[in-house]
This record gives sequence, structure tokens and C-alpha cells, in this order.
Amino acid sequence: MASSNVEGHWAATSRLMYISLAVWLFFSFVIHFFVNSLNSIVILGFPLGFWFASQGSLIIFVVLLFWFARKQDSIDREHGMAEED
Amino acid sequence: MVTKSITGEGGFLNNLGRVYGIYTGGFLAFIILMAIFEQLGVPNRVLGYLFVGFTILIYAFIGIVSRTTQVSEYYVAGRKVPAFYNGMATGSDWMSAASFVGMAGTLFALGYDGLAFVLGWTGGFVLVSVFLAPYLRKFGAYTVPDFLSARYGGNLARFLGVIVLLACSFTYVVAQIFGTGLIASRFLGMDFTYAVYAGLAGILVCSMLGGMRAVTWTQVAQYIVLIIAYLTPVVILSTQKYGIPIPELMYGQALQDITAREQEMIATGLAEAGKLKGHITPFLTYDRVNFFALILCLMVGTASLPHILMRYFTTPSVRDARKSVAWSLFFIFLLYFTAPAYAAFAKLEVYQNVIGQNLDALPAWIATYSSLDLVTIYGHSLKNLGGHIGAVKAAIAGGATDLATVTAALQGDAATAFGKLAEPVRLALVDGIKANPAAGATDLFNSVVQASAQAAGNTTGKLTHGALSINNDVIVLSTPEIAGLPYVISGLVAAGGLAAALSTADGLLLAIANALSHDIYYKMIDTKAPTNRRLIVSRVLLLVVALIAAWTASTRPADILAMVSWAFSLAAAGLFPALVLGVWWKRANATGAVVGMIAGFGLCMLYLIVTRYFPGFGVTYLGMSSLLNATTGAPLADLAKLMAEPNAMDGWVAATHPLQSKVGWMNISNISSAIFGLPAGFLGLIIGSLLTAAPSKAMQDFIDEIRRPKGKELMEGGNLVRDVH
Repeated sequence: MASSNVEGHWAATSRLMYISLAVWLFFSFVIHFFVNSLNSIVILGFPLGFWFASQGSLIIFVVLLFWFARKQDSIDREHGMAEED
Repeated sequence: MVTKSITGEGGFLNNLGRVYGIYTGGFLAFIILMAIFEQLGVPNRVLGYLFVGFTILIYAFIGIVSRTTQVSEYYVAGRKVPAFYNGMATGSDWMSAASFVGMAGTLFALGYDGLAFVLGWTGGFVLVSVFLAPYLRKFGAYTVPDFLSARYGGNLARFLGVIVLLACSFTYVVAQIFGTGLIASRFLGMDFTYAVYAGLAGILVCSMLGGMRAVTWTQVAQYIVLIIAYLTPVVILSTQKYGIPIPELMYGQALQDITAREQEMIATGLAEAGKLKGHITPFLTYDRVNFFALILCLMVGTASLPHILMRYFTTPSVRDARKSVAWSLFFIFLLYFTAPAYAAFAKLEVYQNVIGQNLDALPAWIATYSSLDLVTIYGHSLKNLGGHIGAVKAAIAGGATDLATVTAALQGDAATAFGKLAEPVRLALVDGIKANPAAGATDLFNSVVQASAQAAGNTTGKLTHGALSINNDVIVLSTPEIAGLPYVISGLVAAGGLAAALSTADGLLLAIANALSHDIYYKMIDTKAPTNRRLIVSRVLLLVVALIAAWTASTRPADILAMVSWAFSLAAAGLFPALVLGVWWKRANATGAVVGMIAGFGLCMLYLIVTRYFPGFGVTYLGMSSLLNATTGAPLADLAKLMAEPNAMDGWVAATHPLQSKVGWMNISNISSAIFGLPAGFLGLIIGSLLTAAPSKAMQDFIDEIRRPKGKELMEGGNLVRDVH
């Protein structure tokens, strides 16, 4: 197994980690800094700031995790690092 | 025999969908059967016992048929659990009695600020998947300390890992067993202590014979029960009130109504503007810094708790470990994004139909929970009133004739408690009993409450916001009654709460017992122990730990229950840096890991113990100051005055120290102590590593192997396949 492949795999994996971490950071913290402004927007009765803390961020986390699992798997396959099916 | 068990199990694993489909159908049929029984007049208590008994029997059956004599089945379920089912098992492993029964109540009480728990207990799974689970799965360990030992060469890191694991898991498991006792005693009217030991039996039968394998398949069954039980009442309530059975969508309207009603209550004098916390208004309980600190600590703690991480050791592949984290969060999400709907519906009900009602015309469910002391009005409940009535009756029977002589006749605790009541209340009690010597709590409750209202200056005869106090647990438990649903739904909720408590207790006990049997006994004491002895030791330790936990729970230890919230910070500070950098930073070495774990865990523990038990010491020697009120910014305690008190420096014994949990550094509440512990852990690890030699080439290769899914695991049967040091 070529070492460039090992490094390429880890570089791609690390990049995916940073992207996922950025999404996590944004929906765990950053968006909730603005709860008061967001609350002035009301959809179906939900003030938007409240909605993000009770539902929106959670939905993003779930979607992020399924996307991450797929993306990492394709990185593994691309670099010949995936397990056999 | 061996072949038979393999084909038998292969059949099971290939037919999981059918097996659990039939199980779910059977459970629904059972609920319908119970509903029919109820119509036929079977008493509620019998229905309660049937619900709880039937579900526990099923768990026990799964536990017994999943028994095993193979080490890898016992520790990691043979690594055959598909991602989807491991997700369900992790869901019930994660969601405790507190999530099931208490979460909605916390949201009821705190409004927006309570969402810190919803966010904190879900977002952490992102960290699990991105940083840890796939790599730990590839490594192939049986326990979390196994990884620490392999990565950081030797038993010191392993031992520290076990210490952190015990510190965060033991209080947690005590709380779960306490939860089973509470649920069984409330719904079945069982004596609390018996209920605790009955719960213990339910836990042991699921875990002792089959270890991880049995726990996995019972946890899947428990998830199904708990999620049906959690969703059913609130879905029905949503349909009744708004016509659409999707509570998560419909409670937006309730939020609007709550906010409007809050204004109305203040305008009509039913609530005081300064004391009513707006449901959707942020940062009334936690200020911004504490709100985000709490989210961070809960998330990182989630990603470090060993009983969660070890669930991902059971998947067939690294790929499945990642998928499995996603499924776990999905199944957890189903409950956590419904909890705020419970809170909103219950709040609207309380604000509209309880507060502002005439004191003598409150809804029936108030009395139900008042008799359990979970709802109080002006501090009175049917239960605590019962105590006063007994004492007063005895005094009158002994010849007392009026308030003065009754007061003189009372002794000990009864006299102290009675003395604390307002005078009109004492008078109402004595007069009521003189007028009707057979009167019970229900008969006298109204006159007592009216007397309290007048003493408090409330002459309207209506219940005010400030007079009503509702225990967090009531929100979920009372929803079936509020919605006017038949008792069968309450029985279902009891079975769900029990499933949540039992499943979490199973996972925690297994984590503790495995650390003791695998890491301490097999790896540190008797490294040549044959397989059968290892399994016997595991089971004996499981039994011993379970008995100690149950005994502790049976003493109703307030301190230990309060310590559960410590688990997240302790796990975060003690384990997260060593685990994450172990995978993501090749330069991390043994010295660094040991320094980091001691620094992170130590600082966290110090902060927790000092702020809770030795606040005077913290103020005098560690530069701590009073925490501040989130809305007004005023100190919670008058330090100058309280520190001058003679008992200011007392610790331990003064469990009611006036400064308890009210001091700290930088206004950080001790529930978020990992705010200090995490940086200390990371810094200790990084500095310790950089000051000492880099890990060997063999170790660098080992890390490379963990990082790629392809290839064999690095451990087999609980032993490294080659030396890496």
C-alpha cells in the first residue's frame, strides 16, 4: 500500500472531520447566540430561536451523522482503505 | 451443540426484523388486551402489575436465551450487532429514567434554558462519530481502558481510565436503580425498598448470563417499549387539542398561547412579573456563559462516557460503527424532540386550567400527585398534611382542646414541623379536626389552603402562580390523566419509564463490571486466567456491584443522586483528551496521557467537591466568589456576611451549608466544571507529551492502522495481536 495513499486518506479524513466539526460548532453554539433576534421570526407558532434549540439543531445533527458516515465511507473506498463488504 | 447454537443464532440474526416486528406487534396487542381488561373492570393496580410484570418477563426471557460462555459474546456481543439495532440499543442505553420521566419536567420548569440539556445530550453524538467510535471499533478492544492501555503503554493509563469510569458510572447506576424503585412504588404501590430490589432482579437477569449479548437484545426490546410509551400519550393529546397527531408540529400554537397567558396572568395579578419565567425567553435560569458552558460539558461528556462508547464495539465493521452512531442519534432524537411538546402542553394546561381556578375546584390530577407529595400548594400536599393531621388527632385524643394545648402536647419532629406552619393554618387544622374527628387530609385540604392563601395576602380564593409547585417528574406521569385517557395508558407510561431505567442500568453495570473484571482482574492481577474463570469473575463482580448499587439506592441518598450531573463533566475532563488525541495526535505519549488525565479529572473533582462541600475553603483559599443571578446579575449569596458565620469553614457534615454550590470561579456553576477540567486535561497531555520522548515507530504504525478501516482488528480475545511498545 503506497504511503501517499495513507497520507491522502488521512488528509481527506481530517478535512471531513473539520467540516463536520464546523457544522457541529455552528448548530451547537453559534446559531443560539442569536436566539433573541431569531425569536422575532415566528413560524407555525414557533419562535425561530426556540425552534432551533428544540428541533432545528437536532435535525441537523442527525442528518450530519448520516451524511458523515456516507462521506467517510466513500473516502475510505477511494483510497482503498475500506473494509470488504 | 455448538453447531446448533450457531445455526440457531444465525437464524436469529438473519431474522431480526421479523423477530422484533412480531415483538412490537405482540406488545401493541398486549396494550389492547389491557385496555379490554380495563373496560371489563379489572382494577388499576392489577393492570399496573400486568404491564410491568409482562415486560420484565420478556426482558428476562431474552436475557436467558442470550446466555453465553464465549468471552467475545460476553464482552462485545460477538461483534455481530447490525448498525440499526445497535442504534436502538444505544438509544435505550443512553436514555435514562431521568430522560424519560424528568426531561419534560425540566423543560416545563426552565423553558428555553432547559433546552441546554436537549442540545447537550444529542450533539455529543457528532463528536462520538467524528472523533472516536470508528477508531475504537477498529482497535478491537473490550473496554475503553483497554484502548488507553494499548495506546499509552501499560497499566497506569488503564488504571486511571478505570478510576474515571467508576467515578462517572457508579453514581449514575445508583440513580437508575433509584428510578426503578420510584416508578414501581408510584405505579404499583410497592414499598420503595422492595421495589429497588425487584428492579435489581430485573437488571441482573438481563445482564448476568449473557453479558453484552443479552444486554444488547434486551435493550432493543426496551427501546421499543419506551418509545411507544413516550409517544402515545402526547400524540393522543395533540390529536385531542389540535386535531393533528404530530405533537412536535402542533406545540408551536401552545407556545403562543403560553406566552399570551403569561402576560394575562401578570396583568390580572395571578403571577408576579419578576418571578414568572417566560417559557420562550432565554437566559433566565442560566446566563449566556453558563448556558453554553453546560451544552459543551454535556456534549463532550456524552462522547466520553464508557457505557456509550462500548456499544460501538459490538458492530460488525468500522463502517457499521459510524452508521450506528447516526441511527443512535435518530432514535434518541425521537424522544428528545418530543419532550418540549410534553412541556408545552402541560404548561398550557396548568396555566389555563389550574392557575386562576378557585382553590376548592382544582382538577382531579392535582389531588393525585398531591397525595404523593409531588404537587404542593402553598407548601401543602395531601401527603404532608396527613402527617400533621395524625399528630394533631393524637394530641386531641390525649386531651388537648385548642391550638395552645395542642402545640404544647406535640413533641419532636412533629412539633417542629407543626411550628413551621403559619398560625391561621395551624388554627384551621385544629378547628377542622375538632369539628370532625374523623376528618382526613382530603377533607381538611381546602380549609388549610384557604387559610394559607389568606396568610399570604391572597383574598381572591384563586390559585396563584407563586403558590403552586410541581415536581419535574409529574409532567410525563400526569399527561395521560390530563388528557383524560384510560388507566391503561398510565400503565404503559410506567412500563416505558421502567424500560428506560433498566436499560441504562444494564449498560452501566456492564461497563463497571467489565472494567473491574477485564481491566483490573485479567489485565492487572491474573493475566493467565483461563476463559471460564474470567467469565465467572465477571459475573461475580457484576452481582457484587449491582448489590452495592441497589443497597445504596435503597438508602435514598440525596447526595449521590445530586452527583449524577457530575458524571458528564468528570468523563469529559478525565477521558476525552486522552481518547481523542490518542487517535488524532501521534505525538501524544504515555507521560502526557497520565499527566492530562490526572490534571483534567483532578481539577474537575476538586471544583465539584470544594464548591459543594467546602465552599468556605474555596472562598478563603482558592479565590472563589459568589455565583450571580442570571437575570439581575446580583450575587446569589452575601459572601461577606456568610463567611463571617461561625460555620463558614465547615465541610462534609454541613450538607445544608448556605454557600453550597453557590460559589465558584468566573461565575461558572459546578454542573459545568469541565469548563476548567477540559483545558487542564488537554494542556497537561500536550505539555507532558512534548516534554518527553515521542512514541516509538511501532506505536506510530499502530495509530496508522487504527486510522484505516481496512484490515484486522488490533486486539483479539481481549489481548493485543502484537506488541506495539
